[in-house]
Amino acid sequence: MTVTESRPQYKFVGTRPVRHDGVDKVTGRARFGADLDLPGQLVGQVVRSPHAHARIISIDTAVAEAMPGVKAVITGEDFPPVEPGVGDYDMCVNLMARDRVLYEGHALAAVAANTAEQARAAAAAVEVHYELLPPVLTIDEALDPDSPVIHSHLFTSGVDPAPAEPSNVSGVTVFTRGDTAAGFVEADVIIERELTTQPVHQGYIEPHAVVADTDPHGRCTLWCSSQGHFNVRAQTAAMLGWETARIKVIPAEIGGGFGGKTTIYLEPLAAELSARAGRPVKMVMTRAEVFRATGPAPGTKVRVKLGASHDGTLVAGKAWMAYSTGAFGGVAALLGAWTVFESYDIANFEVEAHNVVLNTPRSAAYRAPSAPMSAFATETVLDELARALGIDPIELRLRNAVTQGALTTMGAPFDRIGFVECLEAIRDHPNYTAPLGENQGRGVAAGYWFNIGESSSATVNLNEDGTATVVTGSPDIGGSRASMALMAAEELGIDVYDITPVVGDTEAVGFTDITEGSRATFATGMAVVEACRQIVTDLRGRAAKMMGIDVSEVDWVDGRAVHSGGEHDPLPLAAITANAKRTGGPITATGSLEARGVGPSFAVHLCDVEVDPDTGVVRVVRYTAAQDAGTAIHPSYVEGQIQGGATQGIGWALNEEYVYNGDGVMENPGFLDYRVPVASDVPMIDAVIVEVPNPAHPYGVRGVGETSIVPPLATMANAVAAATGRRILDLPMSPMRVLDAIVNGTGNGDGSVTTAR
Amino acid sequence: MSRVHVTCTVNGDETEFLCDGGQSLLDALRDEVGLTGAKEGCGTGDCGACSVIVDGRLTCICLMLAPEAEGASIRTVEGLADGDNLHPLQRCFLEGAALQCGVCTPGFLMAATALLERNPDPTETETRYALAGNLCRCTGYDKIVKSVLVAASQMNSQMNGNNETKENQ
Repeated sequence: MTVTESRPQYKFVGTRPVRHDGVDKVTGRARFGADLDLPGQLVGQVVRSPHAHARIISIDTAVAEAMPGVKAVITGEDFPPVEPGVGDYDMCVNLMARDRVLYEGHALAAVAANTAEQARAAAAAVEVHYELLPPVLTIDEALDPDSPVIHSHLFTSGVDPAPAEPSNVSGVTVFTRGDTAAGFVEADVIIERELTTQPVHQGYIEPHAVVADTDPHGRCTLWCSSQGHFNVRAQTAAMLGWETARIKVIPAEIGGGFGGKTTIYLEPLAAELSARAGRPVKMVMTRAEVFRATGPAPGTKVRVKLGASHDGTLVAGKAWMAYSTGAFGGVAALLGAWTVFESYDIANFEVEAHNVVLNTPRSAAYRAPSAPMSAFATETVLDELARALGIDPIELRLRNAVTQGALTTMGAPFDRIGFVECLEAIRDHPNYTAPLGENQGRGVAAGYWFNIGESSSATVNLNEDGTATVVTGSPDIGGSRASMALMAAEELGIDVYDITPVVGDTEAVGFTDITEGSRATFATGMAVVEACRQIVTDLRGRAAKMMGIDVSEVDWVDGRAVHSGGEHDPLPLAAITANAKRTGGPITATGSLEARGVGPSFAVHLCDVEVDPDTGVVRVVRYTAAQDAGTAIHPSYVEGQIQGGATQGIGWALNEEYVYNGDGVMENPGFLDYRVPVASDVPMIDAVIVEVPNPAHPYGVRGVGETSIVPPLATMANAVAAATGRRILDLPMSPMRVLDAIVNGTGNGDGSVTTAR
Repeated sequence: MSRVHVTCTVNGDETEFLCDGGQSLLDALRDEVGLTGAKEGCGTGDCGACSVIVDGRLTCICLMLAPEAEGASIRTVEGLADGDNLHPLQRCFLEGAALQCGVCTPGFLMAATALLERNPDPTETETRYALAGNLCRCTGYDKIVKSVLVAASQMNSQMNGNNETKENQ
């Protein structure tokens, strides 16, 4: 279902062609990260720490180096020195430990050998002597002043005055508006809750993989799957201390990323091993390595307090938040603070968010990073407020929803946004009033995210026969080639299948930032549109030459140059390209830009669950998700993003979590014990595309990739609360925890425990 | 270490390869035979990305030793299409947008193939359980399940059509 505000009718944009890379992907021809082999290739293997926190006394590689087939062994000493807290210190030390290992799975050496078996044997023969240090494993431990401080160079940023002592809090973000204390005094009902979530992994099905080939001149070619090959080049160069131009990165097809492939893990190691061995080196992570050393999303502890008047107007909000970013600092707290109250027009609020460092893997972005946890808190408290006030939960949100002109948390006014339209789409959906069965409950929650801009480049080349090649630098994770081709088809007026969308390597297209922040269709799409518009200007000029008229008399209509006076026959694009040699040579244009305009995007999810009172198992009965896509360039893939994000959120809410033993060793580093949703766990996800065009994009695009994972945590928790009468505030809502809530009354009841002034 | 010589049939072709005794059939197909359609997503039989059909049975070949393939008949995603003619499942996956990143797609196509050979007219629930051994992190399964159901109905109506044609002859 699509709910569309009035917008132009397009010929191609909004249609559902089969994606250009589709046949390769259903026939096994598509080449992902691990699918390439080079002649003479060695196999690389990382040596990883079995301890969560230890000082490295010594690493002895002599035995490993002498083993059969071993061609190179490297440790942290083989990389340029790093200075704590300076430049790319965190990334460099995360990829290869120096004096200490900071989490179980932390890389500390790597070997390259003729075969995988030889590489594994040599890795096992690297002798490491450790002095064990006490690990810090939870947010509470990290904040305890008596706990060990993980980084002696880490002084909390964002506080005034700057602290005199280091701590495990890398940064604090504070946002305030109005007078929060006075706001709470005005409130008729106040509810405050503390909620926790555990670290979860992005769970892409393709483990990290790379082939590196460093030639005798020191130039290195990397084949790898990532969300941004220009970033792979920059980070690899930074860790190796090389000039960027020495490295070429060729993007493989990427088997899922969700933010987890916005950074690197293996590439500099493979490049250095290849340089030392003089042969190509291939490295592929196991699933256990992926769990232990990449991702995850932070675990959180969040306290949210909201005050409302009897009519449901939110008058004050307060949030205290802590995000565990693993062994190094990050921006998780900033994003949490930004998003926690962003959806609602609240006159008075205070938000204080902390980045907390632990002896766990360095966290990475995961789809709308930080927002699912902040929304879990706010939308749970709103659900309880709705019950306490006796107001329908959608109605309560409608009364407070941000609309055009309302202030964002950062202080700028929103442009045209579609939050109200999403709320109305769910309110008016038949599933909102469908009858519920025994042990069933209904939950609703909203979520906010946005697309970012950043740098994008696109080159459009017209071919002699009137077809076009569109080269961009954005890896295609979920169908962006198709969306680029659709926008180009719309601009040029030629069929979408006459366009070949290509993801170019770092030497074939201009710099392009990572496919992150839901920006590919938005920002790289803008670059494609810009290049196409240059091409059309060029085509009009050439047509004018061919017709012998002034260019001002030539219009571009449906892929043809049309004489406004009507005396000359229209010239189709193919006629102009066929004459390119006589009108100025090849027809090509590049669009490159720093895209502006954050495209705010809202989603509202609705879920019915059935809770088995004997086992605590939560079954998803119905799931409906409405999201403002601005304009859906390819509606099928917009629906796919909505359905995929919702399902990831369901897994986060019900099952997924990192489980550590007391020593900080992960106990579930595999898909058997880290259980992501399977096909039998979920129903069809009814995706409702709401289209309120984004004024900042030529086709009104808002990024659609991330928002869909924001509402599900609270949606599920609200549904479970409705079904059981028990409010579970700690995720995941595993059967054990749900059963405990039902049987022992843990959790906070059905909303009756409210604080009223 | 001496290598094991294995003779088997892959997608209808007699195929020979040498492998280590401890090598998985997945590694052998990818590294020795050169068929990289089957993927390793976990190496523990939990994700289904390496699903192929061995002697008629859907198998996670990361858990099967390569020497066990001696004499076996193996069908992989590379053999699903008939030349340029895509299998109805492949066509329906494309038309139904049942893939995003596509890395799990070969495994899903083989699992769906095995399902429809066993049960040509599955319900949605039967389809979901038959595909529950395959992880997809992108799609939420909605479009995959729908595409399998559409393919089943197309294949059935085509078969009925063929039968009717035969009867008419």
